[in-house]
Amino acid sequence: MIDYSEENKILQVEHLKQYFNIGKPNEVRAVDDITFDVYRGETFGLVGESGSGKTTTGRAIIHLYEPTSGKIVFDGQDVSKLNSKKQKQTFRRDMQMIFQDPYASLNPRMKVKDIVAEGIDINHLAKDDADRSKQVEDLLETVGLNKDHSSRYPHEFSGGQRQRIGIARALAVQPQFIIADEPISALDVSIQAQVVNLLKKLQRERNLTYLFIAHDLSMVKYISDRIGVMHYGRMLEIASSDEIYAHPLHDYTASLLSAVPVPDPEYERARVQIPYDASQEFDGKERSLVEIVPHHWVRASEDEIPMYQKRAQEDSRLKQ
Amino acid sequence: MADNAKQTSADDFTPIAGADRAKLDDEKIATPSLTFLQDSWRRLRKNKAAMIALVILIILFILAFFSFLFETHNPNATNPNFANLPPKIPGIDINGFNGTIDQSGQRVNAYAQAHAGNHFYILGTDYLGRDLFSRILYGTRISLEIALIASFFDLAFGVVYGITSGWIGGRVDTLMQRIIEIMLSIPNLVVMVLLILVLKPGMTAIILSIAITSWINMARLVRAQTLELKNQEFILAARTLGESSWKIAFKHLLPNLSSVIIINLMFTIPTAIFFEAFLSYIGIGISAPQASLGTLINDGQKNFQFLPYQMWYPAIVLSVLMIAFNILGDGLRDALDPKSRE
Amino acid sequence: MENEKDVLEVRNLKINFNTYAGTVQAIRDVSFDLRKGETLAIVGESGSGKTVTTRSIMGLNSPNAVIDSGTIMFKGQDLLKKSRKQMDQIRGRDIAEIFQDPMTSLDPTMKIGKQIAEPLIIHKGMKREKAYAQALEMMKLVGIENAEQRINNYPHQFSGGMRQRIVIAIALVNYPEILIADEPTTALDVTIQAQILDLMKELQAKTNTSIIFITHDLGVVAGMADRVAVMYAGKIVEYGTVDEIFYNPKHPYTWGLLNSMPTMDTSGTELPSIPGTPPDLLDPPVGDAFAARNKYALKIDTEKQPPFFKVSDTHYAATWLLDKRAPKVTPPEPIIERQKHYAELVHQEINKSKGNHVEEQEEQL
Repeated sequence: MIDYSEENKILQVEHLKQYFNIGKPNEVRAVDDITFDVYRGETFGLVGESGSGKTTTGRAIIHLYEPTSGKIVFDGQDVSKLNSKKQKQTFRRDMQMIFQDPYASLNPRMKVKDIVAEGIDINHLAKDDADRSKQVEDLLETVGLNKDHSSRYPHEFSGGQRQRIGIARALAVQPQFIIADEPISALDVSIQAQVVNLLKKLQRERNLTYLFIAHDLSMVKYISDRIGVMHYGRMLEIASSDEIYAHPLHDYTASLLSAVPVPDPEYERARVQIPYDASQEFDGKERSLVEIVPHHWVRASEDEIPMYQKRAQEDSRLKQ
Repeated sequence: MADNAKQTSADDFTPIAGADRAKLDDEKIATPSLTFLQDSWRRLRKNKAAMIALVILIILFILAFFSFLFETHNPNATNPNFANLPPKIPGIDINGFNGTIDQSGQRVNAYAQAHAGNHFYILGTDYLGRDLFSRILYGTRISLEIALIASFFDLAFGVVYGITSGWIGGRVDTLMQRIIEIMLSIPNLVVMVLLILVLKPGMTAIILSIAITSWINMARLVRAQTLELKNQEFILAARTLGESSWKIAFKHLLPNLSSVIIINLMFTIPTAIFFEAFLSYIGIGISAPQASLGTLINDGQKNFQFLPYQMWYPAIVLSVLMIAFNILGDGLRDALDPKSRE
Repeated sequence: MENEKDVLEVRNLKINFNTYAGTVQAIRDVSFDLRKGETLAIVGESGSGKTVTTRSIMGLNSPNAVIDSGTIMFKGQDLLKKSRKQMDQIRGRDIAEIFQDPMTSLDPTMKIGKQIAEPLIIHKGMKREKAYAQALEMMKLVGIENAEQRINNYPHQFSGGMRQRIVIAIALVNYPEILIADEPTTALDVTIQAQILDLMKELQAKTNTSIIFITHDLGVVAGMADRVAVMYAGKIVEYGTVDEIFYNPKHPYTWGLLNSMPTMDTSGTELPSIPGTPPDLLDPPVGDAFAARNKYALKIDTEKQPPFFKVSDTHYAATWLLDKRAPKVTPPEPIIERQKHYAELVHQEINKSKGNHVEEQEEQL
């Protein structure tokens, strides 16, 4: 079980903002003041539709973009700005990323062996060429590929296999924390299950922590311990995955859940999608994340808190 | 789909044993492994026109750079007695290649006239009695040298400038682009003329002129492609791994830019070749007595009415050279384009 | 399914592709029917052949495709034998297709009114005013607000979901008999997807168009399809009504597909998944192509391809497990749950047909 004590936080994101083209007419506020924590050993699912800012959040945390403002604390250190070379190097070993597009995330001109060994080479983790080859072979085996795949090129592999190569690449530097940016969205359904199982296995074996970014709600619930729902750059709701699905408090979350198709014809015949009016987010009220019931936060203004509390109570009354 | 039930036995319906299962490779890749370049070469081979162009260029290269093996005479040796002789190839008796010329309606053996019976000038001589064939070889060599020099600048300046501008982006990129635009706005010809004020007309001036202007297109194309590649996930992955910008440029950007670079090179070259020929033609490039395809065309032009071969042959060689590079460039563009793979 | 008439009959379709590495057997014997007014879902992974099948119906395969054998009968004629010109007339008028990416399906330089009116002008020879009037009607039908103004907008002025609605409008404006939808909602957000799928169902009810719906998302299939065909490695491995496929599947591949999609109730450490990857059709394996990944595989699966075994009048599966001689196999837990539910459904059907008689009896008890 996950230890949710204060000391066990591996990542703390505070008031993160990522704006593009600041001051210009085409300014985009991709991430607009979000705050959340991730605990060691858990999988935090970050859910949202296109334009929600979830991918930008992941990229800002790992410093692919320089955050516009906000504080990021990782493993006890403030990494909001990476200053020294040493700090950068440690950070880039402890935190890694798996990408969405299996066709664009591997260099088409490099052999699989060199792709996977890139992290090993940068950090000088191999004693010699033989050691390097062995490490690559072990990594490929860990992700379920054969060692003779190492001399082939990315275009010879299927999407699922490429994604596994990407995972091997991330694992090569022995990270603690992996941001998985929609790693299964581009894969077939049966292959998605393979990759998800692999990720869970690796998490158990290597005590990894994941930030799992996705828009597929059924898969996110399965893999995540806790879920954060984003919309238009803001964090609307955070709770455990069971809670979110059983008792969604925010209207958007409820609408999102009602739209998810389920492989059950009877359920589908009866399903009614709950519509959501997004304008309620832009009425100018001051809002922040409020803990409505223990471990369940909702973005609310002062006057909305009672409404959400009532909602939480109602649901639990229904449960009884 | 129909099956002969008689041929199957009850035994066939047992589940597969572990050993047999291991033989079924569920991750097998059947196609042979081709690198990107091997695959592109295969595609290029299918393009007949491009292959012919390639062969022609190889032949011309060999002829030009190993001209000492093929030269029949010294290209600069004048021999006023043998001026304006028509082509004479030993053993061939077609009008135009048998040493005869049409003088006021009559076929005359020009070699006999000039008492040059023992000599063979396979493409004839010019107005100073110099062997046209040897001079064309020499001129071709100059053109191809220009080609190599232009390539060098393309690669040394153009690619580096483009990658730097594209990768760094922001203000640096804007500044670098503005500089290029200023350089582009000055016509090559004007640059050349200004250089001649300082230097003598000749190879040095031409090389400098090319050095200043010919690589700009390459820089722009490479920059555009770099901007596109910069946001590709495999580059992002390299950055998250902590790869330095230098390494990213060499390991990741360059190999993926190679298509653009090779193709553009194939088009820069004919432009440069023509530039030199043109300058030499109008007299501010390579100057006489040195042979350049441009000066040869100029010389030949003077006698075009009566001795058309003097202009035709250098003109044909120049045209073939340029067309071949263009066709090869076209073929390479199709072969190297990853989107049209089947 | 009111109308039992067949709109499309595909029989023993075999399609190969000539590539530099050899001949790829993309479709290795596919047969199915499409009935009037129904939605047939073709489900399969990438490389299963679902897109090639529909491309063959539309005559849109790439030049290196070779029709090895088979027929596609539409209105009594074999589409495979038609010339390009004849297919040009059929496409857009009798059979229409919508694709996955709404961004690239529309011409960015043409106003959408013109794009919707175009099929009417081309196929029905309508005059411009009449075509535009009908285009406007179609826009309202697909739920585009302010249609009168927006008819003059360009595609980039619409969101992804709106663009897909325009694509649907273009496809349905001639009220075609068949609509082929190739993963039309895969690129859309889940809330937009739900709207588009509801729209398609609405329109189908109005126009009585038959829909072939290609997808790999079983949730979407459950909501849209009347009948389902599951494809693997260029063949159909199971087909039946949507209830039969979801609640009483018989093919191990279908089991694997259904299990690998987590539902709201799924929990546990491992999501059952199908190991390995689909076979390379350059060199298809002897016997059942699924054998290498099938933990229920029998020895005969490595030798002979299984024929279709009948499960019911509407339900067939191509697996040796259904042969009389095959050992009885216990499907995975979740499948057993589904089958229990199926038994209930069947029970309900029987009761319904018995009518009030049973109700009265129960009241008395």
